Amino acid sequence: MATEPIDAEMAGACVGPNGSAIGMPQLCADWVGNQVVWLVLALVAIYFVLDRVALPRIQAILAERQGTITSDLAKAEELKAEADEAEKAYEKALADARVEAQKIADETRAEIRGQVEEAQAKADAEIAAKTAESEKQIAEIRASALSNVEVVAKDTAEALVAALGLSADKAALDAAVDKRIEG
Amino acid sequence: MAETTGAANGAEAAHGEGGGLVFHPMDQFIVKPLFGSAGDPVGWLTVTNVTLWIALAVLCVIALMVLGTSGRGIVPGRVQSVAELAYGFVYKMVEDVSGRDGVKYFPYIMTLFMFIVFANFLGLIPMAFTTTSHFAVTVVLALAVFLTVTALGFIKHGTKFLQLFWVSSAPLALRPVLAVIEVISYFVRPVSHSIRLAGNLMAGHAVIKVFAGFAAIAAVSPLSVVAITAMYGLEILVAFIQAYVFTILTCVYLKDALHPHH
Repeated sequence: MATEPIDAEMAGACVGPNGSAIGMPQLCADWVGNQVVWLVLALVAIYFVLDRVALPRIQAILAERQGTITSDLAKAEELKAEADEAEKAYEKALADARVEAQKIADETRAEIRGQVEEAQAKADAEIAAKTAESEKQIAEIRASALSNVEVVAKDTAEALVAALGLSADKAALDAAVDKRIEG
Repeated sequence: MAETTGAANGAEAAHGEGGGLVFHPMDQFIVKPLFGSAGDPVGWLTVTNVTLWIALAVLCVIALMVLGTSGRGIVPGRVQSVAELAYGFVYKMVEDVSGRDGVKYFPYIMTLFMFIVFANFLGLIPMAFTTTSHFAVTVVLALAVFLTVTALGFIKHGTKFLQLFWVSSAPLALRPVLAVIEVISYFVRPVSHSIRLAGNLMAGHAVIKVFAGFAAIAAVSPLSVVAITAMYGLEILVAFIQAYVFTILTCVYLKDALHPHH
């Protein structure tokens, strides 16, 4: 027991001679100064490191990222607008082409119709001409046939009169035949 | 003195038997010099285990916040993500709780948060010394907040800062009574602020040590290991939550200093 008080004195009143704590080490006044000194030094060090280096750096990183995201979004928006414009132009070209095709088709159709009508008119005219000519020929034929009938009738009448042994004046005979035919 | 020595001898004797239960839950909190013999006195500038673990906390903060962000990646790596997360977490807390004009004091609050969170987690390493389990440390932290915030209140608002204690929304007759209560609660703030942090950590660590002491009984030791594991999980939670609580209370006190009107 003679050596123990010396040990206790050396370690302060907070640690027993066997090295274990007496009461709560948190309440040992001997250790407060040491902890406070090191803590204050540590806080000052952390504060300066954070305030001078770390926090401005992280702030810059975050701002840069935000900027990049914003500009990327703007670029995407721009590209989208461009794509929209291109699509619009494409659609417009498509519509124009369609209208053009329609126009060409209509024109062609009208042209063909005109040609057909022209050909038809021409054919009609030809047909009409041919018909008229044919009718004229028929009329001529008919007329010639009539005059032939007259001649045949007169000849026949003359022959009949001769066969009956009669003689008749040629002129009177013709007149009689004419009169008969007309009658 | 003789009584405690006797008790210690008794414990030693029990230890000597081999099978007995020996509890020294508070020994982990002993401050001792790193160099020299165990019995050396601890002076103000003695390099102790406190120095070691505080320095490790500082190095961890530097490693995370400075080395971790040295890449300055637009797309962050793992460490940089954590650093940015910590920054965003505390920044948003300051902004939400203290208001826009509190953002000016963000580096102070970030310093407190980073130190406490690393000290708490480093203390969870087996055989480590938990600096934030000591009232000496947490009282300094809490007093720093209390004094700064009080001074700030008077500098910003002069005597109008005292309106903090004058609840203008209460009936006139009640106001003096409320003022007394408010003043008392204001001065209790650093006490609760510091004891909450140190008390939580000390209790958790001591309980783990007590459970570990029970492991000497073979039949109980599996249960003891399970209990230590569960307690350790809880302590991980506590380590973060207490750092968070300390920081958010700092923000609340800062808000009171910046906007003392109820």
